[in-house]
Amino acid sequence: MTLVTARPVAPARVRSRRRRLRPRRPIRFGFLVGPALLLAFWAGGSASGLLDPRFLSPPWTVVTTAGELVASGRLQEHLLASVQRVGLGLAIGVPLGTLLALVSGLSRWGEAVIDGPIQIKRAIPALAMMPLLILWLGIGEVMKVTVITLGVLVPIYIHTHNGLRGIDSRYVELAETVDLRRGTFVRKVILPGAQPGFLLGMRFAVMTAWLYLVVAELINSTTGIGYMMDLARTYGQTDVILVGIVLYGLLGLFSDAAVRLVERRALSWRRTLAG
Amino acid sequence: MATDVGRLTRVQGLTRRYGERLILDHLDLEIAPGEFVALLGRSGSGKSTLLRALAGLDDDVAGDGLVEVPAQVSVVFQDARLLPWQRVLDNVVLGLDGGERRGRESLAEVGLGGRERAWPSELSGGEQQRVALARSLVREPRLLLADEPFGALDALTRIKMHGLLRRLVERHRPAVLLVTHDVDEAIALADRVLVLDSGRIAAERRLGPGSTDIRTDLLLALGVTGEGA
Repeated sequence: MTLVTARPVAPARVRSRRRRLRPRRPIRFGFLVGPALLLAFWAGGSASGLLDPRFLSPPWTVVTTAGELVASGRLQEHLLASVQRVGLGLAIGVPLGTLLALVSGLSRWGEAVIDGPIQIKRAIPALAMMPLLILWLGIGEVMKVTVITLGVLVPIYIHTHNGLRGIDSRYVELAETVDLRRGTFVRKVILPGAQPGFLLGMRFAVMTAWLYLVVAELINSTTGIGYMMDLARTYGQTDVILVGIVLYGLLGLFSDAAVRLVERRALSWRRTLAG
Repeated sequence: MATDVGRLTRVQGLTRRYGERLILDHLDLEIAPGEFVALLGRSGSGKSTLLRALAGLDDDVAGDGLVEVPAQVSVVFQDARLLPWQRVLDNVVLGLDGGERRGRESLAEVGLGGRERAWPSELSGGEQQRVALARSLVREPRLLLADEPFGALDALTRIKMHGLLRRLVERHRPAVLLVTHDVDEAIALADRVLVLDSGRIAAERRLGPGSTDIRTDLLLALGVTGEGA
């Protein structure tokens, strides 16, 4: 008997790993990498003399300038003025936008009357409205708050209206079968149903508010961060301008984070769905 | 009977059409107070259209005929249809002023006492449908309309739900119209089974002791013969 020794056959290479098309796992604090690089280039450029301090002050000067501005109380004063304008604009614009979205979303006539003008307003840049607003309202606080209010109103309206129209019609049918009164229907079905849309609108609204604040404050102002920056431009103080820019950025970032926090709380019914 | 005024469910010459298609064709139906009627029918036979007509949910559908229903009608849909942003108890007492105590009792009745503060998304499909039942019964309906309420549940849960529904109906005594395509479900639950076909009632069987061949009869009326029966 011959023993046939089977030659070991090299197993066909099994392709155990698929080509990976998904992005890899998220990097911890990855969102800081870009800004950190930017800061590094800025610091490096300033230290090596590549960046002329007359055009761009080095980061450390910006920090010390910010310190001086805080010590003298000027920064707080301007910040307070700016925050007040934004707060007022939001306080008026948010309820107004929500109300308009409700009227427009719940009645066909409301939609016919309201929706068109808001879409038109949406298409007009804020700067284009300024000359008219200044003519009508002067250059005082009323004009500034109006600019912000008008800016805030649009995203609140658009997203709330969208959220409202997206409410599942089965819930409306349910409301009919349990004989909900109109008020209860709005409170229990419409408002909570439109809330995710409203909160998204809120995130755009706070950003818009700071954006329009800059527009309003750079023109004929005597207080506010924008005014402080405009004054610095006259004297060529790039460090003060940069303090203003950083401040605007931080304010926008913080208010967005605040809205997102509220969003997580308010939509806890939805979070359980996500696990 | 004088006590039946406002409690009887009556449909006479009900016609409904979508465009050119006739869905319900001069349909007559009467449901006595406390009677459990199951409505069988193939897809597109007009079951849901009839139920929606009784529920008053068909404003936008063309047709005529007389529909007379008790003052208090509740509807259970195939999906539990709970508002996801309202907690379980708030879903049960939706639109009821100060119905919280009754809502709790109702939840306990369907075996969900203690889950009042849960979100609907935290419940299983069967539990959600039980909440929907509690929401219907807390309103003490004289007519309960159920549109394939157990259609989306697994077989085991469905059997449990049959038992629950039977107990609840015995206690609250509403008239029931249960739309289903499940012959066994109809036989298990109903006093009377109707088969709807082409917008008309094609067969009707009263269930009681000694009704043995009803299943075959009903399946025949639904166009199922031989193997399937």
